[in-house]
Amino acid sequence: MNTATIPNSPLPNSLRTQPDERGHFGQFGGRYVAETLMPLILDLEREYKAAKADPAFKEEFDDLMKHFVGRPSPLYYAPRMTEHFRAAAAAQGKPENGAQVWFKREELNHTGAHKINNCIGQILLAIRMGKTKIIAETGAGQHGVATATVCARFGLPCTIFMGATDVARQQPNVFRMKLLGAEVIPVTSGAATLKDAMNEALRHWVAHVHDTFYIIGTAAGPHPYPELVRDFQSVIGKEARAQLLERTGRLPDLLIAAVGGGSNAIGLFHPFLDDTDVQMLGVEAGGHGLDKEHAASLTGGKPGILHGNKTYLLQDEDGQITEAHSISAGLDYPGIGPEHSWLHDIGRAKYLPITDDQAMEAFQLCCQLEGIIPALESAHALAALPEVAPKMGKDQIIIVNVSGRGDKDIFTVAEKLGVKL
Amino acid sequence: MTQRLSAAFAKGRPALVTFITGGDPTPDATPAILDALVAGGADVIELGMPFTDPMADGPAIQAANLRSLAAGTRTADIFRIAKDFRARHPETPLVLMGYANPMVARGSEWFAAQCADAGVDGIICVDIPSEEDPEIGPALRAHGISFIRLATPTTDTARLPAVVDGSSGFLYYVSVAGVTGKQQAAVDSIKEAVARIKSGTDLPIAVGFGVRTPEQAAAFAAHAEGVVVGSALVDLVAQHGADAAGPVRELTAALADAVHNAKALV
Repeated sequence: MNTATIPNSPLPNSLRTQPDERGHFGQFGGRYVAETLMPLILDLEREYKAAKADPAFKEEFDDLMKHFVGRPSPLYYAPRMTEHFRAAAAAQGKPENGAQVWFKREELNHTGAHKINNCIGQILLAIRMGKTKIIAETGAGQHGVATATVCARFGLPCTIFMGATDVARQQPNVFRMKLLGAEVIPVTSGAATLKDAMNEALRHWVAHVHDTFYIIGTAAGPHPYPELVRDFQSVIGKEARAQLLERTGRLPDLLIAAVGGGSNAIGLFHPFLDDTDVQMLGVEAGGHGLDKEHAASLTGGKPGILHGNKTYLLQDEDGQITEAHSISAGLDYPGIGPEHSWLHDIGRAKYLPITDDQAMEAFQLCCQLEGIIPALESAHALAALPEVAPKMGKDQIIIVNVSGRGDKDIFTVAEKLGVKL
Repeated sequence: MTQRLSAAFAKGRPALVTFITGGDPTPDATPAILDALVAGGADVIELGMPFTDPMADGPAIQAANLRSLAAGTRTADIFRIAKDFRARHPETPLVLMGYANPMVARGSEWFAAQCADAGVDGIICVDIPSEEDPEIGPALRAHGISFIRLATPTTDTARLPAVVDGSSGFLYYVSVAGVTGKQQAAVDSIKEAVARIKSGTDLPIAVGFGVRTPEQAAAFAAHAEGVVVGSALVDLVAQHGADAAGPVRELTAALADAVHNAKALV
């Protein structure tokens, strides 16, 4: 089934040609924005099409990816993690089981996460469009730091909207953004987290459309954002696919990635969508459990409209948005990118909720067995391994996207473990 | 349904369109505030449907949304308030204004049928631009509910036909690129914009965003068929709570007087 020379251009009936010309992935996606923003969204779509067809744009993007971001990121075989789940399989009476675990090391990128891939692409678009100011929303602060970084690199003024709750729990990233020259605006409306930061960024944008570019941090929002963020993040999956083929001569059996908005997951999944033997698992934040507070939009929500797109949302029967909860600030959002909603509905990818406690366990396991401190977001992806690795054969291969490093999370983890720093 | 709306803009003078958030401060307090708007001389009433994430609104209406939801306002309360209003005021057009998700949560067909049943004349939805009309437009038109669209300073002449297509009742001209209740547009820019839009539609045009005083309302009304006032009234509700009807009626009367006589100023 898997051979060393598998072409990777979209096939007829490809799953990789979405969205349609109106920005819809099946019933999801679209452009649900205020009329004031609509002309700008259409401009952005035109400009992105032109950029995609411009070899100079790709050349500059690739050059920055290599020399500024430090790509390609390694694809790493995780021997002790693999052995750990083989031992678990044997203990379950299945000594022949235990898949090989590989990590895509996005945490080694400049700024410590996959977020920078998208920011490089969007700031190049902003400059093409002649915009002179940059705004962004951020939850954990990773996207804020990545945006502040590219703004410093290109000399554009940067304003970051961040929920006041997140400002309090992510002080190191707030200071990083300030060091990089960004202005950080704490948002106090609602629960003062990522959703509210996005509302406030949209309010600012609508009043400054003439000169301001909004760098959205995940593969969500009005078309063309879900498409362009996915395209910029697809460098993850393209590299992983080529790297594994080169190392093993075959494709993986399973991809695992954490899903908040879902940009690291769609970046890994998308280049494999037409590889029918490759299965995909998106891991949602199950918080305290699905019967309590959580952030699992697909498993615990239903389709609705928020922040410019139609997608699965946590909401009540009146369509009021309910507050999300996750130990990971980056997953603490009541929605998900529209392409994931579509992949979920057509069954091409599966989605699994993982609780705060499961993520904490996986976080520590990864530190101890592989010498890698993962972000709490990525720890959610790692926490799916006990569910799947012991059930798979030893010759099978899992790639987990380690989307970010966990230095930013050590305070949250210490608190959860009852350790005073 | 649209009959009431077209009549409101055919009185030979500009119309005053007023907005308050439904259920603010409580669902029980809303009917008296609506009655005060009518008694003050409002020609069209916009009743805001509260939403958790009012991303096109400034601080005043954001706070009103949260007060309403905190008081436990449900979609069923909004329709009950609308239906009772229709029974008390058979002639005054009533428009529901809000965000897409509460309108489509049970399906657009359900929503449009409820509007028709409650005697609602039209809908203004902030985040369904003409590109996404299929989401709600066909259901509204099938039930005879006007879909009132918004035009903005960024809506250029090329785009205007798409905005007007499928809309009825009136066109809401958002006079500033921004959120509700904040800065105010220059009168000259209104004059120019309304003239431009007029060339593309026969719909009456009501101008809103940032209109707070009778003087401002009169200046805008001189160049349009209507003026929308929201945040200034919502501020009175914030200030006076369940006792807001009196102050709301006073401000509405002053606004109505200014707007209805505005053309005489030009």
